[in-house]
Amino acid sequence: MTELPLIGEAIAVAAHPQLAGAKIGVVTFPGTLDDRDAARAVRLAGGTAVPLWHADSALGDVDAVVIPGGFSYGDYLRAGAIARFAPLMSKIIDAANSDAKLPVLGICNGFQILTESHLLPGSMIKNDHLKFMCRDQVLRVENSNTAWTLDYEAGQEITVPLKNQDGQYIADEKVLDALEAEGRVVFRYVGFNPNGSRRDIAGISNAAGNVVGLMPHPEHAVEAGFGPASLDGIGGSDTDGLGFFTSVLNKIVGGAK
Amino acid sequence: MPRIVVDVMPKPEILDPQGKAIVGALPRLGFTAFSSVRQGKRFELTVDGEVTEEILAQARNAAETLLSNPVIEDVVNVEVVEA
Repeated sequence: MTELPLIGEAIAVAAHPQLAGAKIGVVTFPGTLDDRDAARAVRLAGGTAVPLWHADSALGDVDAVVIPGGFSYGDYLRAGAIARFAPLMSKIIDAANSDAKLPVLGICNGFQILTESHLLPGSMIKNDHLKFMCRDQVLRVENSNTAWTLDYEAGQEITVPLKNQDGQYIADEKVLDALEAEGRVVFRYVGFNPNGSRRDIAGISNAAGNVVGLMPHPEHAVEAGFGPASLDGIGGSDTDGLGFFTSVLNKIVGGAK
Repeated sequence: MPRIVVDVMPKPEILDPQGKAIVGALPRLGFTAFSSVRQGKRFELTVDGEVTEEILAQARNAAETLLSNPVIEDVVNVEVVEA
């Protein structure tokens, strides 16, 4: 039997030394779960992860921000509703909307926080089947021009884990039509819609493409031996999620396509 | 102490998955008269002292900004209830 490494070797990409100078902030709220995984994904992609605390009043000198998954403030009231008003969020909202267009990625609960913040349109409600669902999910990258998808090809299919209960993306028809027309549907579920999301939408971006949110978890698919291909063999590779992080790092250091 | 009650409901055009689950359970208990259920939220905001127009305006503002998400929910009622 082949022995798997206890901790995956950080060999997924041959990182350019320049990338280590790029600082990606990872925000932790009370109830955040996936901040360590997100920070690890940043490091595996070659960058430097900077822990940020929700009550901080300044962003520091980070070049991009990841808002990870979990259950901020227990998801009381609504998913992301209380986190949206954390002191650090107002800094992130300003920086994302500024001319500098700070790249911001919201994953799962982070996506919910971004919609509550009005950085992204629409909202998430309970899955149409009412159950928590955890599975490896195939996504199609519909837009490879956002800050977080430059290292993918448009139309490329990737497999990353998905785990949520409030993952049904909804918006009114006018907003959905505008998102489609402007190429702001960044990811779509392929083969199976796991939560009833309108038009199979898994992730979207803002108009400028620096803010991206999605329900599935790319940060859980960054290491050989610990990703979807190794665990249930539905296809894809173990490291399909790594491109999110290499995309933004390459953009920051000026090496993006 | 007076309280301000805020009622929030899912927008009518949005299918309410929780209500759907409840309406499925009712007939199993013999409650067969109900064809549909929608589940909302009730908030009770306690005020120390008198509820002035200014405080009521604050409650309405809080209802629109924090207590509800206008993309998916409507504030259907804001009223003062004397203890």
